[in-house]
Amino acid sequence: MNTPSTSAQPALSRRGFLLAGAAAGGGLLVGCGGTNPSTRIGQGSDFSPTGKQVALNAWVKITPDDRVIVAVPRSEMGQGVHTGLAMLVADELDARWDQVQVEAAPIARIYSNTALLLNVSPFLPDDEGLLARLTRATLQNAGYALALQVTGGSSSLRDAWEPLRLAGAAARQQLLQAAALQLKLPVSELTLRDGVVQARAGGTPLRLGELAQAAAQLPAPRELRLKPAAERRLIGQPLPRTDVPAKVNGQAVFGLDVRPPGLVYAAITHCPVFGGALKTLDPAPALALPGVLQAFALGTQAVVVVARNSWLAQQGLLRLAPVWDEGPNAQLQSEGISARLRQAFDQEEGTRFRHEGDAEQVLAQAKTRLEAEYEVPFLAHAAMEPVNCTAQVKGGRVTVWCGSQAPSLARMKAAEVAGVDSEQVTFHVPFLGGGFGRRLESDMVEEAVAIALRTEGAPVKLTWSREEDLQHDMYRPAAVSRFSATLDTQGRPLAWRHRVAAPSIGLDTMRRLMPRLALDSPDKNHIEGAFDLPYAIPHLEVRQLRVATPVPVGSWRSVGHSYNAFFTECFLDELAHAARQDPLAYRLALLERHPRHRAVLQAAAELGNWGQPAPAGRARGLALHESFGALCAQVAEVSLEGGRVRVHRVACALDCGTVVNPDSVDAQLQSAIVYGLSAALMGEITLKNGRVEQSNFPSYDALRLADMPVIRTRLMPSDAPPGGVGEPGTPPIAPAVANALFALTGQRLRRLPLRPQA
Amino acid sequence: MIPLLINGQSHALDADPQMPLLWALRDELGLTGTKFGCGIAACGACTVEVDGAAVRSCVMPVGSLAGKAIRTIEGAPDRTVAALQAAWVQHQTPQCGYCQSGMILAAAALLRQKPRPSDADIDAAITNLCRCGTYQRIRAAIHSAAQALQGSRA
Repeated sequence: MNTPSTSAQPALSRRGFLLAGAAAGGGLLVGCGGTNPSTRIGQGSDFSPTGKQVALNAWVKITPDDRVIVAVPRSEMGQGVHTGLAMLVADELDARWDQVQVEAAPIARIYSNTALLLNVSPFLPDDEGLLARLTRATLQNAGYALALQVTGGSSSLRDAWEPLRLAGAAARQQLLQAAALQLKLPVSELTLRDGVVQARAGGTPLRLGELAQAAAQLPAPRELRLKPAAERRLIGQPLPRTDVPAKVNGQAVFGLDVRPPGLVYAAITHCPVFGGALKTLDPAPALALPGVLQAFALGTQAVVVVARNSWLAQQGLLRLAPVWDEGPNAQLQSEGISARLRQAFDQEEGTRFRHEGDAEQVLAQAKTRLEAEYEVPFLAHAAMEPVNCTAQVKGGRVTVWCGSQAPSLARMKAAEVAGVDSEQVTFHVPFLGGGFGRRLESDMVEEAVAIALRTEGAPVKLTWSREEDLQHDMYRPAAVSRFSATLDTQGRPLAWRHRVAAPSIGLDTMRRLMPRLALDSPDKNHIEGAFDLPYAIPHLEVRQLRVATPVPVGSWRSVGHSYNAFFTECFLDELAHAARQDPLAYRLALLERHPRHRAVLQAAAELGNWGQPAPAGRARGLALHESFGALCAQVAEVSLEGGRVRVHRVACALDCGTVVNPDSVDAQLQSAIVYGLSAALMGEITLKNGRVEQSNFPSYDALRLADMPVIRTRLMPSDAPPGGVGEPGTPPIAPAVANALFALTGQRLRRLPLRPQA
Repeated sequence: MIPLLINGQSHALDADPQMPLLWALRDELGLTGTKFGCGIAACGACTVEVDGAAVRSCVMPVGSLAGKAIRTIEGAPDRTVAALQAAWVQHQTPQCGYCQSGMILAAAALLRQKPRPSDADIDAAITNLCRCGTYQRIRAAIHSAAQALQGSRA
């Protein structure tokens, strides 16, 4: 698409985006109250209290024995979200941490994630202009209007920060008022601390469990005051996570572990070629196996065997020889996709997402230009728990058990498949054995419900093999990036022109979710981390080329940032070296208007001993990247061992605003770095004859303990609201390692995974 | 009927002797703490102890296990497993947690052989895959558990 716009901002993309946003919001963008935190406290009845529990609002229940139960509507996949959400409530409530429990919230609008869609705002992160603020408010309202109960985009704490603290503060005030009525004292004469109400003058303390009933009868407080940071007692502390004890003794129940009575087991194989379809299936060989109950085609895309246990289902599947029509992509190779991405540069100008100065003109007149092409492959998510879902259809009701990141959307899909209303679907979310974006999808739910329609009321557990999991993912897009830049007389970048060709994640996601709204419109996720470059460059142009391929794509930890950080931070490093300047000093000089960026970069440099000699045979590289409302800088120290890249140490600094649980943040940074490093060193999904070549961990491996670098993290002190944490640590690691390899060898590797030439 | 001794309890399993232990544990006996990750012994999520050695149960036919003592993560912890579980909590090691049963039992088998393992011993023994990247804390927790066991022995 050509952009006729000449303004300094991406007018077309913005307009296209707002249009898509309005469509997504279904027109319900005004007055739904989704962004007003106090209306999100909700009613006690929202949190379905059972037995003697008393719900004070949608987020807090109190039991007669003084337990404080916090509603957690986000999926726990190891990021510590259950703990983080409970900490917000408990801190304002002044509960003792050991009396706090968490309970999965029901699916209801009150539990919407209003921060998720902020990740598609096409404005610069620091743009506080009217249009930017209006767009963000619209996106928050859209999350509420769509009742998005979704865990992703590093958005949970960003969303929960105000409403959950307000819910805790409201509960606290009601409990204090109940105590005041009982003791016939003004509230000002009472304290609530460590889960106990006490009169300042002394006397018998009152327990929360004693006060809950009376508190629930009181009207919700009209004015709420949140604690100043200095008075917080839990937020900011490295509290132990609520989910850890059950994860060391086998008691934690993941999606794959549910066992409703009468359970039968299903195995599945999908059409091996993207875009193919089933021609014929003879189910007889599977049915001949004792213990196999059913064998059938599931639409045109898959074949299913149902049996008495998982192993028998797999054995049944092995006996089948479905015949596939391989369709139009039977000759598609990875090289063909690369070529398609490259062709786009010659065929179209693309959508402009950033335009400052006149980069094209300056580059045309420049005496010397630096040009480079970068490329990344498709990636699978490969969570440890393979894709699975358990479903039961009985008496017009559907029950689903699935470790989903998007239960509200998955429930909608389950209802569609079963032909019932969403209210007829009960959706349970057990622990997720890793998410990384794969469990934002609902394909496994649609399949399991479709199978359950045929098992005569018996619940059925569908388990994908690892091979299916790797070969039928919604992949991180492959992408090709081209740069052209020129330097001023001091060596600083004068003009920077960057174009990225990749499939659109937004388009593919919408095609699966709401096909009628799937428009090929400007896609912020495609270009995030490239258009919002923080460096001061007078002539700057960033364009997006959306290129369709037959390979389904989706969100993979850090989404577009996962490749754009590699592109931009490596190319900036190239410019620093071309200018014969230190990569740290070079960046700092371009960040004069961004003190938080400078601080986090300097912190990582200090932690990573930047500027001091590296041990013999090693070199260091650095990278800085902003994503999901957080700034992350990393210094990687690398060597080559027999041609293999070895990463010894990673120093990582993060500015994510207020830190809720520093131990969880440290763990998430380690996790994000390992995930990104596995991709940078090993990750590659390739296609041969329309099929994914990799099949299991030997061909799609990831970092193991023996190759683990020593990771040190530093969290920047901040009183800003929380930013994201789960993803921002992933983008910088690939460029930090690639830049370190350049420092070590003089070889600039512009393709992932990093494979140095001998 | 295949006799199996699991966590000190005798079971008689009516199954094909070729059925891997993993699926017998999970689907037939309801012991779901042992996880399916790859089905080809490449990731270690299904690790159990058989006579004190770490074994990947997804490729271990039940027919080959008669007379052997199998320990899964659900078994009453002996002092080694208990020390590891305590260290795992102390270091807040698990993230998603899916691989951690296998990690703990692989670590238990290591400590039975090498009560004070070096970093290199841990590198060599813990080849299980963790996609959340908990390795740094796993290493620290194994050292802590080894230290605690040493202390309680003295």
